Amino acid sequence: MGSGRKGVEVSIAMADAVAQADVDVIAAYPITPQTHIVEHLADIVADGELDAEFVPVDSEHSAMSVCCGSAAVGARTFTSTSSQGLALMSEIFFITAAMRLPVVMALANRSLSSPLSIWNDHSDVMMVRDAGWIHIFIENGQEAYDAIFNSFRIAEDPDVMLPVAVNMDGFILTHMIEPVEYVDNELVKKYIPEFKMKNALHPDCPISMGCFGMPEIYTETQMNREVGVVNSYPVIIKAWEEWGQLTGRHYHPVETYLSDDAEYCIVTMGSFGETAMEVADMLREEGEKVGVVKIRLWRPFPLDEFRKAVLGKKGLIVIDRAISFGGPGGPVASEVRSALYNKKGAPVVVNYVAGLAGRDVSRKDFRNIILEGKKKAESGDTEGFTLYGVRG
Amino acid sequence: MQEIRFHGRGGQGAVTSAELIAIAAINKGNCAQAFPSFGPERRGAPVVAFCRVDDKKINIRAKVYNPDVVIVLDPGLVELMDPSEGMKDGGILIINTKKGPEGAGKVSNSKIKIATVDANTIATEELGRVIVNTTMIGAFIKATGIISIDDIKDPLMGRFGAKLGARNLKALERAYKEVLIKG
Repeated sequence: MGSGRKGVEVSIAMADAVAQADVDVIAAYPITPQTHIVEHLADIVADGELDAEFVPVDSEHSAMSVCCGSAAVGARTFTSTSSQGLALMSEIFFITAAMRLPVVMALANRSLSSPLSIWNDHSDVMMVRDAGWIHIFIENGQEAYDAIFNSFRIAEDPDVMLPVAVNMDGFILTHMIEPVEYVDNELVKKYIPEFKMKNALHPDCPISMGCFGMPEIYTETQMNREVGVVNSYPVIIKAWEEWGQLTGRHYHPVETYLSDDAEYCIVTMGSFGETAMEVADMLREEGEKVGVVKIRLWRPFPLDEFRKAVLGKKGLIVIDRAISFGGPGGPVASEVRSALYNKKGAPVVVNYVAGLAGRDVSRKDFRNIILEGKKKAESGDTEGFTLYGVRG
Repeated sequence: MQEIRFHGRGGQGAVTSAELIAIAAINKGNCAQAFPSFGPERRGAPVVAFCRVDDKKINIRAKVYNPDVVIVLDPGLVELMDPSEGMKDGGILIINTKKGPEGAGKVSNSKIKIATVDANTIATEELGRVIVNTTMIGAFIKATGIISIDDIKDPLMGRFGAKLGARNLKALERAYKEVLIKG
């Protein structure tokens, strides 16, 4: 596929990255809800360009089961799904993290039924938030491509050994043609060396994985997973730092735009971040001191970096892409409020939920949200959340 | 930044038009996006696709609401809808029709240019099928200059292969020559 800049569908670029990462096993349910990612990988394997096992399974539950099996023997393993597929897969999704298996998944974030919908929001990933996976959110095609390499590097690190999900907005990113700069295979080899798993399943040295756990041991297994996720943080930072040195493309758990002197910041996760930057530019010209704070790393949640980015601001306008029915706010806002509670200089938090199931959030909508959110912040109307643009 | 909206019917290749233009723009060093109005694809149903081209990174993840250019691939659509909706003043509307710019249908915006080309006839004669996506790109190139015929050659060959690519190029070049521009 060659290095260099090309105009390509983001799903295809991700599949190419997976091939460049020289995976051993891809298991996926090949029809709806699926993206072109595994379709293109099936082509690459069938054309003999990648020496890997492509397992077209009968359901997403089986897809993740195959991934568990292959990762357990030390094979570099990839899968991809969305929405209902993730729901069906969820039982094994939790087990993958519990068994500390370094599977990498491209999760094209899409809404959950009902009503039946194929479009983008974050309800699928929020359903499995607490499984113990590492969750990275990306904003554009370049980040999607890069995140595949970063994720294998992080997942397979002996100090981590956890699955990683690369979250990207379904359709908005997966079906977008845009420029992506490919790296060469030598760089990839250097960055993610051959995966050698320390405690792989092998007949010569039998071990048990995913056993029965009595109350005497279950709590300790959960602590083990918690420590694993928390300890992945410095490895993630290092993986991004090295990627930055190799490619010039630098990633951080929390990224900011025009936020240094901002009074109010929009907080986003995923592709909202790009439109937010554009709108911040527009509002700056109108004299509004607004900036953008973007959460790239969702788990482990970057508490310190987030606080550093926002403490001292007047207010935050958090835009969620999922709803928590009957809850205090969207999933991101709840996290943000929790991170700031009792902290000196904490900004007030106003929460909007927008863009559910692919409802377009235009620049005008962002502008409305920010200006209205600022008014709410100033008047102390900061409880709960507002479902933006809801009719009736 | 130039924002382009395509109106067609499922199967006519509106999405392919958007993709080919974006790839041509990216190959010559621009930034570009191409994307469909997401939904289940249905042959024959009205579809919309979008493209953006800029000389710097594009930071918008939303549909195109105020296009500079609108391309209508299906002659019948202008009878059913106003393709100029939301268009910027001074923009250009490019329609596949035999009727010429004077018979362009329901166009409410009087501050735009109108270009027409009989893409159905060209595609039928050059490709043997009424798939007008590449033909309409010829009219687009002439009417806007956002990309050139040279820029589109590689993406065209990459998508269709040498033999079919050459026939599409011929249709595209004919539309480039035959397009009528008013305003």
